[in-house]
Amino acid sequence: MSYHSIVLVKQVPDTANVTGEAMKEDGTVNRAALPAIFNPEDLHALEAALEIKDRFGGTVTVISMGPPKAGDVLRDCLYRGADRAILISDRRAAGSDTLATSYILAQAVKTVGGYDFVFCGRQAIDGDTAQVGPQCAEKLGLPQVTYLEEILEVEDGTAVLKRNVGNGWEVVRVRLPALVTVIDTANNPRPRRAKRMMRYKFKRTALEFPADSPQLAEAKEKGDLLETWSLDDIGADLQRCGFAGSPTKVHKIQSIILTKEGSVSIEPTAEGIRAMVRELIDDRTLG
Amino acid sequence: MADQTNQPQRKNLEGEVWIFAEQEEGALHDVVFELCGRARALADRLGVKVGAVLLGDDVEKLAAKLYPYGVDKVYVVEDKRLRYFTSAPYAQMVTGLIQKYAPQIVLYGATPLGRDVAPRIASATLSGLTADCTDLKIDDVPDAKTKEVHKNLLLQIRPAFGGNIIATIVNPEGWPQMATVREGVLPLVEPDPARAGEVVREKAALADTAFAVEVIKREIQKKTLNLKGARIIVAGGAGVGSKENFQLIYKLAEALGGAVGASRAAVDGGFIGHEHQIGQTGTTVRPALYIACGISGAVQHRAGMEDSAKIIAINTDPDAPIFSVAHYGIVGDLNEVIPMIIKAVAARGAE
Repeated sequence: MSYHSIVLVKQVPDTANVTGEAMKEDGTVNRAALPAIFNPEDLHALEAALEIKDRFGGTVTVISMGPPKAGDVLRDCLYRGADRAILISDRRAAGSDTLATSYILAQAVKTVGGYDFVFCGRQAIDGDTAQVGPQCAEKLGLPQVTYLEEILEVEDGTAVLKRNVGNGWEVVRVRLPALVTVIDTANNPRPRRAKRMMRYKFKRTALEFPADSPQLAEAKEKGDLLETWSLDDIGADLQRCGFAGSPTKVHKIQSIILTKEGSVSIEPTAEGIRAMVRELIDDRTLG
Repeated sequence: MADQTNQPQRKNLEGEVWIFAEQEEGALHDVVFELCGRARALADRLGVKVGAVLLGDDVEKLAAKLYPYGVDKVYVVEDKRLRYFTSAPYAQMVTGLIQKYAPQIVLYGATPLGRDVAPRIASATLSGLTADCTDLKIDDVPDAKTKEVHKNLLLQIRPAFGGNIIATIVNPEGWPQMATVREGVLPLVEPDPARAGEVVREKAALADTAFAVEVIKREIQKKTLNLKGARIIVAGGAGVGSKENFQLIYKLAEALGGAVGASRAAVDGGFIGHEHQIGQTGTTVRPALYIACGISGAVQHRAGMEDSAKIIAINTDPDAPIFSVAHYGIVGDLNEVIPMIIKAVAARGAE
């Protein structure tokens, strides 16, 4: 028996590697200095889906919601072995919080249909909320298994999965179809395949071409268009998308300001260190 | 579970403040007591009661443990099928209780379980949910567009964008106002043993088909490492370079009688186990002395240690953000500096 998987992926700013270089003079983060990357745990979600395909046969369809630039991560999925990639790109989706985002993604998953698994990364590093996966599961009426560590068995319409519960692990049997969120210890994402890169590197979304341009027509003819859907294509209720569909509102944002007040610079010499240790003993920090 | 049944909840200004009383194998999670204290303070400000939702098999006896921490009512659902947590049935039970009693606020611990179940409940009740809050307050908030003042909203304060900013989130509509709260950030309040409360028993009206996930086997490790309680922590980061070189961190910790911590980069690099991780996705610590060795100090890490009484940072990069929170900054190679500290400490002991 073969299994069809849908993987939800996201392009994110690389918030994890904020080094001195990405800090502005005033101590805040220079967001523009952060490159856009494939959300790390989503790569592991893709790998889980590809593993199912390798072991049992089937297909892997990837969906991402974002601006046309998010086509980068979809091409990356095609390079690594995905069969189909769909971008949900629509200005009316801007401002979506997790509730609205999960609504849109769930609509997209329903539109694709015919799936046994929906995989997503546990969380995206720009928000770290881990909410969109479970919220999609609820909207799709699917059971969910979070924090996937290992796929043990898939048989007779069920999957036996090992999940990491923080202070240990659990093995669960889940009825399919199911939604599974994946953590970064679950597997080692496979590299991009050179052949597939040659085949898919020119794939662009139609939104990246001027409307009705000869370039667009040419890309279409060559089969180089990345499948791109609007909110209308997935039958979304606009009241549930974007700002209108988002109950959480940002009231205030404060940048974290780094201060150097009260910091003492210690020379990396035996004498400098001895003086520091003496001070720590004197103020009873060291026993 | 079907989307069609989802209805927005009524905005109940008299609603209670609820906490989700997470329990595992008959023991309440530490974070529950942290939530109780804050829920009490929020409820006092609003002039309403504090409710706790307690699900499981044979768990009613835990209710009495919650009263001293400020809970007035414990909504208990007991069912053999709820013995082990599974997402959909737990979410369905809490959703049902929210629909019945219309609390105005519901708080969950940002534990693996809380972060699993809360989003499903938010989705089913079409309510706003803010993840990993580090602080919660009540205040009046003017609407960004209409300038109408929303009275007594829950301010949900959390680090965002990898912790580089602090965002305050509100939900003027889409009640109950829900949040998961990071473990170890809210202070534990002094329990009052004289406080009393009441149990409200609820039925688990769940079809067997709701149980699509079956727990076959589980292994929960007893905590062997107590980072939270350590007076001194020596933590290593990517700059340590290898698993072998982490021995240096262990040696310094041993010399100081401290515990060993790590940044996410060190854990991801396979130098040390996840249980040692300090920061936003690990443990939050406030020791008397924190020594950060080869840790650049990404804000996610700083969030978990910057309240330490004294911080020493050792890094070869003078621009590393870690120096901004350090009391003692040492620009240098940890492979040279650490042995010097060990030597200096040993020398003092010998005097």
